[in-house]
Amino acid sequence: MQRWLKVLFFLLIVRPLIIFVIGLNVFHRERLPRRGPHVLVANHNSHLDTLVLMSLFPLRDLARVRPVAAADYFLANRWLAWFSTRVLDIIPIHRDGHVGRDLMADCHEALAAGDILILFPEGSRGIPETMQPLKKGIFHLLKESAEIPLTPVMLRGLGRALPKGEALLVPRNCDVAVGEQMHVDNDCAVFMSSLEAAFEALVEQCRASAWFDKW
Amino acid sequence: MFEIAPHVETVVIAILGLLCLASLTRIFLDQRRPAQDNLELKQRIRSWWWMLGLLFVVLLSSRNAGIVFFACLSYLALKEFFSIVPTRLVDRRVLFWAYLAIPMQYLWVWHDWYGMFSVFVPVYVFLFLPVRMLLLGDSVGFIRAAGVIHWMVMLAIYSISHLAALLTLPVLNPAAGYLGPVLFVLFITQFNDVCQYVWGKQIGKRAILPKVSPNKTWGGFLGGVMTVTLCAGMAGPYLTGMSWPLSLAAGAIIAVCGFFGDVVISSVKRDLNIKDTGQLIPGHGGILDRLDSIIYTAPIFFHFYRYVAY
Repeated sequence: MQRWLKVLFFLLIVRPLIIFVIGLNVFHRERLPRRGPHVLVANHNSHLDTLVLMSLFPLRDLARVRPVAAADYFLANRWLAWFSTRVLDIIPIHRDGHVGRDLMADCHEALAAGDILILFPEGSRGIPETMQPLKKGIFHLLKESAEIPLTPVMLRGLGRALPKGEALLVPRNCDVAVGEQMHVDNDCAVFMSSLEAAFEALVEQCRASAWFDKW
Repeated sequence: MFEIAPHVETVVIAILGLLCLASLTRIFLDQRRPAQDNLELKQRIRSWWWMLGLLFVVLLSSRNAGIVFFACLSYLALKEFFSIVPTRLVDRRVLFWAYLAIPMQYLWVWHDWYGMFSVFVPVYVFLFLPVRMLLLGDSVGFIRAAGVIHWMVMLAIYSISHLAALLTLPVLNPAAGYLGPVLFVLFITQFNDVCQYVWGKQIGKRAILPKVSPNKTWGGFLGGVMTVTLCAGMAGPYLTGMSWPLSLAAGAIIAVCGFFGDVVISSVKRDLNIKDTGQLIPGHGGILDRLDSIIYTAPIFFHFYRYVAY
């Protein structure tokens, strides 16, 4: 039942919206993982980010793709919580950590079950087209199981279509650049800087990216 | 629904026949040389099937469907422009209003209100958008943003809406119906692209605009203009209400304007340092890569036709 809700939501609402209102230029689609366990890490500028990333997967694989999202935001009220858990099928993260057990227990469980996780290491959406410093959660998630690969994905333009704090969606095409698969390093600092470098390299692949900085 | 004028029917069947021929040739090539990678050719031909299939189904079904179809083309073209050109983050709301100009402009077309149709974008939208911008209160980059946004609106909405306007002109040649003039300008423009390319390959030597488009040559340009003029002279009386001398002139105008539309969009891409404007049409690129010549030929042909034939 839950699986059908998710598939129907993407088939009837998200995909038509993304085709007609957004329009994606995907670079290196073939690098997307076919099966889990796998972690997609992406920059975060808009609520559309999650939907766009999930829509890149074929419908039959969709049940395996699960966004990791902040519990304090996505479980804030009953309706949003129903939508987040029943339709999007998020893995809630309790950012304030009051739960008292391993913050990432649910993520580990999902990875063990072979899911593909979507993680935004910037934490929150921030200013459009500007990278914020990456948080180290991704390192802690994977340091015990270094064999699980991760793939960086750069999203450009979604922060202009629907930025943080705006309700008006303005149509525009967006770029999605998929990077090469990587693994966690033993050293946290080395890993974080290589991840940041991977994101920077992906910016170059996006269309007309140079202009954003000038204006 | 589906009352097809005889000349339009012939043209549609001929085009579909050409597409079949292209597909068969592709399959033949694949079997002769299986080692060679024909993916791009395959994508291109498949996209042509989709584009022409959609165009024919929509245009043949009704005049209003055609108007909605061209409005959608304007929308996709404008979206593609706004995604590649630099705009300020603060102008999001201005862009939203620019999108709203699309249903308005096509409403005038549908209403057959020629006066409003021809001044709405160049006068009212032109004056309104900067006002909406100044209400945002950010004057850094104001001139550039106002200029860029209006240019995009003119190209994507105003120019393309002339295709829809051609559908609403009174029918002069009953054998070609209301679709004749639109098919004429669409196919002559497309044929011009092909001719300029083929002539350029055959006899092209001196570059015509070396800094913008190194592949465009004088040979290609002149060969294209002459071939297209001759063909338009023959196709004009068949599909439109023009006599053959006027059709020759229309052909020459379309050939020259199509060339300029092509290189204008090339210059935009060159300035932004991108190869194509999007990925909407596999094997072709973005919708602007396909509409580049039409943006110039549609309004110019419309006014020529409206002036000489009515």
